[in-house]
Amino acid sequence: MSKLKSYCGIFLILLLIITLTGCATPAVNALGSNESQVKLRSIQTRAFDTVDKKKMMQTVISTMQDLDFVIDKADFMLGSVTGSKFLGQAVVTMSVTVRPRGEKQLLVRANAQYGVSTVEDLATYQDFFNSLEKSIFLTAQQVD
Amino acid sequence: MPYFLKRISIISICLSIVGCVSIPTGFLKPSEGYLQKRELQMRQYDTTDQVKIITSVAGVLQDLGFTLEDSETEVGFVAASKKADAVNKGQVFLVALLGGLGNNPQAVQQCDKSQVIKASIITKPSLDGKKTVVRVTFQRIVWNMANQINRVETLGDPEMYQKFYDGLSKAIFLEAQQI
Repeated sequence: MSKLKSYCGIFLILLLIITLTGCATPAVNALGSNESQVKLRSIQTRAFDTVDKKKMMQTVISTMQDLDFVIDKADFMLGSVTGSKFLGQAVVTMSVTVRPRGEKQLLVRANAQYGVSTVEDLATYQDFFNSLEKSIFLTAQQVD
Repeated sequence: MPYFLKRISIISICLSIVGCVSIPTGFLKPSEGYLQKRELQMRQYDTTDQVKIITSVAGVLQDLGFTLEDSETEVGFVAASKKADAVNKGQVFLVALLGGLGNNPQAVQQCDKSQVIKASIITKPSLDGKKTVVRVTFQRIVWNMANQINRVETLGDPEMYQKFYDGLSKAIFLEAQQI
């Protein structure tokens, strides 16, 4: 019985160590990402059958506004739009870039941050592209 | 098992169950009232003159005391901000009273002190191309007396939007009259 108790004790101490070290992140985390580069790109990028960059950017902006974002910056040449929104006390920032792909398509890439963490969830980005599709009346195509 | 070990183990089990803070999902889905919000934030003007509209927008922002921060006229975008006083005397009195009763003189430090209001405006042609659509959104960040951020929020007060569009209608008229 005392053996069982000591095993229990060791188990609990291990649990305590794991708990205390669990959420630690490396000090320099500037270029870190959990997902592979290719996978992240395919989660965040869709292609649309249009070459009207201006209209696409304006649609991206109005979609972001529908999602409660306030647009902070936009640049036509770069095709970038940056916005932020508040979720409780956390800030979500999102930047979307629009650039040509070949002669007939535009690539739209979105990346979002929730507080200090990068959003890498497929469903979250899918929600955004679903709204964008509805606004521009075009189908978002998965990019390999 | 010693008493303190028991206590630590209970705490650590609780912590490991709670785990790290995770990112919520579904925050890029439109909220339920987004169509009403659109109605509140959008107006259409019977003109295709984008330049006239966007210069009027810049003008009305200045009329309202905003400083222009960023713009990209190619896509019809203007961002501006304004610092303002956020002291609510009623709130200060109440908090000071409660703090005094609760023997917490520092409570007043938690009261609102100042705020920055951010506005971002988009102008674009309407779907049929015969009108110009303007959409404005306001956000504010409020600091307390101890200079910490008290809260952040998107503003949904219809009066504020109405005031902006009243100003814009006037500004468009004034621009047209070259005043």
